[in-house]
Amino acid sequence: MKINLTINGKKYSPDVEPRLLLIHYLRDVAGLTGSHIGCETSLCGACTVELDGKAVKSCSMFAVQADGANLTTIEGLAENGKLHGMQEAFWNQHGAQCGFCTPGMIMASKQILDRNANPTDDEIRHGIEGNLCRCTGYQHIVNAVRAAAAAAGK
Amino acid sequence: MASTITKVEKLVGKRIRRREDPRLITGTATYVDDIQMPGMHYAAIVRSPHAAARIRSIDTKAAAETPSVAAIYTGKDTAKVGPVPCGASLPGLRIPHHYILATDRVYFVGHPVAVVVATDKYLARDAAEKIEIDWEVLPAVADPEKAIAAGAPPVHPEWPDNVAFNYHQEGGDVDKAFAEAEVVVKQRITSQRLIPAAMETRGVVAEWRAADRQLNLYTSTQVPHLVRTLVAGMLGLEENRMRVIAPEVGGGFGSKLNIYAEEALMGFVAMQIGKPVKWIESRRENFLTTIQGRGHVDYFELAAKKDGTILGIKLKLIQDLGAYHQLLTPAIPTLSVLMMPGLYRTQNVRADIIGAFTNCVPTDAYRGAGRPEATHGIERMVDILAAELKMDPAEIRIKNFVHREEFPFPTATGLMYDSGNYAAPLDKAMATVDYKKLRAEQAEARKQGKFMGIGICTYGEICGFGPSPATPAGGWESATVKIEPSGKVTVLTGTCSHGQGEETTFAQIAADELGVDIDDILVLRGDTAIVPYGIGTFGSRATAIGGTALYFALQELREKVKKFGAMMLESDDVAFANGRVTCNKTGQSKSFAEIAGATYRAMKLPPNTEPGLQSTHFWEPPNFTFGFGAHIVITDIDKDTGQVKIRRYVAVDDCGNILNPLIVDGQVHGGVAQGLGQALWEQAVYDDNGQLITGEYMDYAMPRAHMMPWVESDHTITPSPVNPLGVKGVGEAGTIGCSPAVVNSVVDALSPLGVRHLDMPLTPEKIWKVMAGGKN
Repeated sequence: MKINLTINGKKYSPDVEPRLLLIHYLRDVAGLTGSHIGCETSLCGACTVELDGKAVKSCSMFAVQADGANLTTIEGLAENGKLHGMQEAFWNQHGAQCGFCTPGMIMASKQILDRNANPTDDEIRHGIEGNLCRCTGYQHIVNAVRAAAAAAGK
Repeated sequence: MASTITKVEKLVGKRIRRREDPRLITGTATYVDDIQMPGMHYAAIVRSPHAAARIRSIDTKAAAETPSVAAIYTGKDTAKVGPVPCGASLPGLRIPHHYILATDRVYFVGHPVAVVVATDKYLARDAAEKIEIDWEVLPAVADPEKAIAAGAPPVHPEWPDNVAFNYHQEGGDVDKAFAEAEVVVKQRITSQRLIPAAMETRGVVAEWRAADRQLNLYTSTQVPHLVRTLVAGMLGLEENRMRVIAPEVGGGFGSKLNIYAEEALMGFVAMQIGKPVKWIESRRENFLTTIQGRGHVDYFELAAKKDGTILGIKLKLIQDLGAYHQLLTPAIPTLSVLMMPGLYRTQNVRADIIGAFTNCVPTDAYRGAGRPEATHGIERMVDILAAELKMDPAEIRIKNFVHREEFPFPTATGLMYDSGNYAAPLDKAMATVDYKKLRAEQAEARKQGKFMGIGICTYGEICGFGPSPATPAGGWESATVKIEPSGKVTVLTGTCSHGQGEETTFAQIAADELGVDIDDILVLRGDTAIVPYGIGTFGSRATAIGGTALYFALQELREKVKKFGAMMLESDDVAFANGRVTCNKTGQSKSFAEIAGATYRAMKLPPNTEPGLQSTHFWEPPNFTFGFGAHIVITDIDKDTGQVKIRRYVAVDDCGNILNPLIVDGQVHGGVAQGLGQALWEQAVYDDNGQLITGEYMDYAMPRAHMMPWVESDHTITPSPVNPLGVKGVGEAGTIGCSPAVVNSVVDALSPLGVRHLDMPLTPEKIWKVMAGGKN
């Protein structure tokens, strides 16, 4: 099936198999391997991308369902070589260890601040509860979201 | 001419952000699944749905007719590939032949039976589903105690008792200790099976270059050199014809400290089809077939005097091994025995291990590997003893600690504790929570019928694995430092970080020793074609051993730089500091880069000196290092639901000198999360037929962000005398200190109901039942 997508500001018009998962389109066809596959069942969030402004798990939808959508992946966050505030915060606060959950975690964290500029710790933790991390115990990730919120508020 | 020397700031000890992070936060890191090659094929593995069965026949016809399928292999095709190796040796150990694909029989759910190779990964999976296997299902056993009981179905028919080994270790005079005891406490304590569940599953890309007779194997591993040696051996390939690359590795926790059937299988496939092949483990496969951790049933006995002095410890340990021995499977429970005295002075211990085969995936090293089980045992037993004697759990610990002036301290299990000040972290943690006030508050809460618990764990752990005689593959580590002609520095380490931040900490060490800018340093690891032979990252060893190897390589180069600088300055009296060699008499100096260039141009050489600036050091540690610490956990239990709420979590860890506090904090937090997962939620549950009930993230309760308490992490610092960095290790500390502190806290909360012990995980259901029944 022919579909039209905008990914990180660039237009794509691929012909895809109806059963192709969006994550496989992004990784294997579009070559955007920053979004990862941690479970294929929507439980871990490593594949989280932004679709029309909403964080979604791209392993749990077909590429054809994204027809006409505007997508942002981790590769599209930095602008002109300048890191997004959430990326910078993850770096400063040591929010990544092995890094595998990190792209999805950053996309989910960005969504928290998009919806609420000044979240409580509890709101941050619930905001990322759909994203699993096995390394950090989440504490430095919570610190990162806090720090990104503080930096954005300045 | 005298030059101005700017003092270069020391980086070791600084809280600096990590140098590996830019690629991780921008999605540009390369994990195994991110590797694409022209002509790539994709493998799908057909696995047993039964825990025990005979294979009557396999029909691959329909699968072979599926479009894009290039090849299908079964156990008949791969029978000549060497067995998956076990690196551990114990007297009388029974080692089943572990074929990479089952030949005539399967031993656990998920056992690989066939592999389908296709140019399309969706079609590969479609084809795999079309393979028809005629099974003769056999009785299975999934519980280690049931497995060694009379009449259990044999996992391996040649060993009907299901006993893989018996192991005995004894120190001191245990019988005398128990005869003289004024009190003896006994308890059965389990440490349940856990699923490591690194966020990146396993994955392999194999590429065979027939003309070069060269196999390139990209695999998500903690030990690339061991994979090369052992997988090359399995495939009958010369070791120097194989290159193993661990690209970005998305977590391991011990589960990637192994040699897996699929690594050899992908090598085999690539050599057969002459095209690159990729296999990425699905999460379901990861839960079923990657090694699991723990799996202990422990029977502890503690002998003591009425004043709380521990006289001796007995342990009967039944280890659930699973169906096979993976790389270190049988060795893991022996580590528990080594650490069974914990931080306490008793010199009388006796341990008997029974290694039990079950129809489950093998157990092996998972964060802590033997030490969390040991710590959980001794720390629970000390609390049980304290309750029996109506003593305060802090007091009884302090009474039995090895004293700070007794180091190095020989344990009854044959270890030599390097250094310690065991009361210091406990004092600090107790001060942080205001322990005395807290106990008063608890007494008040109990009057009001509330369940509030205070749990203490004081743990010791073996870090820095380890001296070679104690480590099957050798326990040393290598480091190479190359100072390039421009003065830029490349560090090659035999360790293999998979999240621990060694690209940063090792650069900190090198920057300090050479006095150069950290941005001039690049740390490489994980490629056997680039890095000299190394052992890898596990057992809280990378900094203590790999960092020390690096330190010594740097010392050699410091001397050489100094020697060249002296020649260039025509002086015998020079100093090397802050990246310059300076003549102490004239004040003239040469920069690091100027000297580096001169060593390669070699127009003039100091006497007995070779050109170039490169050094490799293999460092063999004289001992393990022994980290320790105290964790205190305050819990409140919901009377109506049995839910455990952690009010405070205080961790005071002593890991020796700290190179980067930011990274150490991260290690502690992550360790605590895994310990808390075990204490409260996680358990690999198999039914009586050997089916894994908790086979997905949906059913296996790994901690999520909203489940975690805030971890208040602090430290005491007792440098290790074992290495010049004074470091011990911190990768596993959080996990080891956590579960006993949490369980002690919950048992303390429920003690008014007569509860003395509860086995993990402490789910609300379990606690609610205890509260409803009023006792355990």
